[in-house]
Amino acid sequence: MFRDALLVLNKDLRVEARSRIALNQILPFALLVLFLFAFALDPSRGVLERATAGLFWLAVLFCVVLGVGRAFALESGDGVIDALRLSGLDPAGLFLGKAGALFVQLVALELVLTLGVVVFYGAALHSVALLLVAGLLATAGLAAAGTLYGALAAGLRVRETLLPLLFLPAVVPVLIGATRAYESALADQSGEGWPWCNLLAVFAAVYVGTGVLAFGPLMEET
Amino acid sequence: MTQTLGDEGVATGDAAPAEAIAPGSTASRGTRVVGLLALAAWGLLLLYGLVISPNDVLQEESVRLFYIHVPGATVGMLAFAFTAFGSAMYLWRRTAFWDLAAGASAEIGVVFLTLGLIAGGLWGEPTWGEYWVWDARGTSSALAVVLYLGYLAVRRIPSAPEVRRKRSAIAGLIVFIDVPIVHFSVEWWNTVHQPATISRLDPTIEGLMLFAYFLGMVAFSLTYWWLVIHRFRVGWLQEQVDERSLSDAIDLRRAESDGSSTEVTS
Repeated sequence: MFRDALLVLNKDLRVEARSRIALNQILPFALLVLFLFAFALDPSRGVLERATAGLFWLAVLFCVVLGVGRAFALESGDGVIDALRLSGLDPAGLFLGKAGALFVQLVALELVLTLGVVVFYGAALHSVALLLVAGLLATAGLAAAGTLYGALAAGLRVRETLLPLLFLPAVVPVLIGATRAYESALADQSGEGWPWCNLLAVFAAVYVGTGVLAFGPLMEET
Repeated sequence: MTQTLGDEGVATGDAAPAEAIAPGSTASRGTRVVGLLALAAWGLLLLYGLVISPNDVLQEESVRLFYIHVPGATVGMLAFAFTAFGSAMYLWRRTAFWDLAAGASAEIGVVFLTLGLIAGGLWGEPTWGEYWVWDARGTSSALAVVLYLGYLAVRRIPSAPEVRRKRSAIAGLIVFIDVPIVHFSVEWWNTVHQPATISRLDPTIEGLMLFAYFLGMVAFSLTYWWLVIHRFRVGWLQEQVDERSLSDAIDLRRAESDGSSTEVTS
């Protein structure tokens, strides 16, 4: 299972390294969102500073929707799905590989976004350990949930409209937990932020577990 | 009470014998009984909820919205639980029955929970001065409605029947797993930001008010079953129509090609 996962992960990352869709389109979009938030919320009144954590994770959520769409667009053309099914890869490995590739790309994106909120919103990174742990757990949950809902909507003509409707309400717990954890980390009160990591860990565990179990049946016949 | 119901049942039976025989009717003796019981429960609910039960000391008339608000939301949530049960049963048994039952229940659940939320908003305006407060139960219920709208959208994706059913069943289970996590996280979020959440239902509710609330539960439950059975049958007929129209189209096409081929040969 893990060997298959590594194969798929490498494949997806190699495709990205050569096509650079995420780098050239999704990453600029994420930075654009930071600017749009600044236009919507007047930067001079301190609203941006107070809302930085939430806006950061909202920008990430929008990018996950795009990233998942991209991850499954890779598999939708030229009978790739059939080829994957014939390849004998373990579906659980396939899920972990796709989610893993998404995870890696999201972490890279978040690093750039973090730099963005430091530069543009004047955020101060007080508790780096909490930022790291909460960020990684939240990203794991988002990648797993995104891959699962992406598979549910994969190969369908309505994918672009259906995925946000399925995915965004489902990841509300991640938005809440990660925002609270980041808020306290940015305000240098990390004691209040650590408990939220439990919620993020439970969410990630539930979705990784569900994905490992459900990906096989989802890939068959679709 | 059973006597009057029996009379009413006979009356409707006389009124619609042709409908019962006609193919495509979704009514049966069973649904008529459930429907009449639901009607009777609604009549009693109106009587007790609007006339007999007293005003609340603090909320006065608006307390009567509870007899709609709480049962609507509760039965809506139970409907989602039934959808999850039906989804699991489908994955086990692989019969169209459980797929259709799960879908029918989710549709009615969305309607009931939305109704419960609207009644809650109408109650909140005179009581709290706001239609919407960000309390855990209301917020997670609204998110549940959106999640199940997504589930229903998944159901409507055109695919081969078995593929569609299996995908729907998996979606039904995933969404059901997500709802408690969402509820828990919203509750936690809520306790951090609004320490004093007002309890929505006075726990010391008693007497006639409790009875009216109980009637609301009965009325909503019966209406739920009545609607689910009808919706289930409509869904079943839809599948028949789809199958038949496909085979009819194939026959038509075949007849056309036979006709043209004879023309060519002649």
